[in-house]
Amino acid sequence: MRIKFKLNGRKVELDVPPGRRLLDLLREDLGLTGTKEGCGEGECGACAVIVDGKLRLSCLTTAIQVDGKEVLTVEGLARDGKLHPIQEALVETAGLQCGFCTPGFVMAAYALLLENPRPTREEVRAWLSGNLCRCTGYEKIVDAVLLAAEWLRNRDG
Amino acid sequence: MRKTGPVEIVKPRDIAEAVRLVKEGGRPLAGGTDLFVRIRKGIENPPFLVYLGELPELQGIRLREEGAEVGAAVTHAELLRSPLSARVPILRLAISALGAPAIREMGTLAGNLANASPAGDGLIPLYLLEATVRLAGPDGEREIPVEEFVLGPGKTALRPGEIIRSLWIPFPEGKPLSYFRKVGRRRALVIAIASLGALIWLEGDVIGKARLALGSVAPTVLRPRQVEEALVGLPLEPEALRPAAELLSRATQPISDLRASADYRRKVAGNLLLDMAISLSHRD
Repeated sequence: MRIKFKLNGRKVELDVPPGRRLLDLLREDLGLTGTKEGCGEGECGACAVIVDGKLRLSCLTTAIQVDGKEVLTVEGLARDGKLHPIQEALVETAGLQCGFCTPGFVMAAYALLLENPRPTREEVRAWLSGNLCRCTGYEKIVDAVLLAAEWLRNRDG
Repeated sequence: MRKTGPVEIVKPRDIAEAVRLVKEGGRPLAGGTDLFVRIRKGIENPPFLVYLGELPELQGIRLREEGAEVGAAVTHAELLRSPLSARVPILRLAISALGAPAIREMGTLAGNLANASPAGDGLIPLYLLEATVRLAGPDGEREIPVEEFVLGPGKTALRPGEIIRSLWIPFPEGKPLSYFRKVGRRRALVIAIASLGALIWLEGDVIGKARLALGSVAPTVLRPRQVEEALVGLPLEPEALRPAAELLSRATQPISDLRASADYRRKVAGNLLLDMAISLSHRD
């Protein structure tokens, strides 16, 4: 089927089977490999993206479900060569080791701060419960999200 | 094991077309959080899927005087953001324990019900609130209680061509205390080893009325009515509830599986009742 959607602010139109996974569509058809495949069954959060402002797992989303929607991936966060505050904060706190789970954590954090710009530490931990990091190091990831929340509040007043 | 090609999906325009496509053998698809996993693992191989998630007639939560009608396409996250979850705390407690944020944005309460898993967190409040299911099918519409809709693990009373149109959730009378706890190995995304939800109406210092619903300890979510009755007249204290907890353990019909043994589940079910007494009696 012919689907149209907005990807990181740009219009995209392509022919794909309606059941093609958004994950494959992004990585293989469109070459955006920032979104990662971890478990492929909704347990790890590595493939998280934002669709119409809401967090979704691209491994359990199909092409037909994003037709006419706005999709945001980790590639769409930087502005004018500058990282998004969530990404910047992860660098600042050293909130990553191998980095494979990071895009998923970034997108989950992005969705959290849209909904709750002033989360408590416990709220951040609960929200990120759908994302797995196997290097371990959740503490610094949580630190990063709290730091980014603070930066964003200061930036946006 | 892994299915290589993508599954065929069609998007109906309205309920009538959806019903026709499902009658032809299409499998209803809402959030896909469970169905896509099953298809990928080869557990299910439907000829095609009928995507109901964006059907206009299945959207929205309609609040009425005596309850709420929840469209079949309403996601868990929509429910949590709606005034309904503030009005009915047991719904909020159970649904906020379901999956994780992304899964709650995708999955629907009606889909959780249609899966008919004895472990479905979303089913517990539906059993407690005595919700009904509104179905649309080739012969028109009908409405049945959730308890009659779920027949067994993965089995429902859906007839060929029938789809869930909405759920009717009646508001409970008065202001019952609400309790929900699920026991598992990880807090997020976990399939419960055992879970207990409860609505407790106090009369003075004692329990005037109780509804209990247990997950993962029987082929379907269980309403142990003899235990509910045994609780009436008792103070809401763990010591007083000990015999009822034993009765509750005996009322379960658990299986042993890779998550836990039947004996362990039986024990946990009883302990959850004591935990309920502790946590509800320590409320402020």
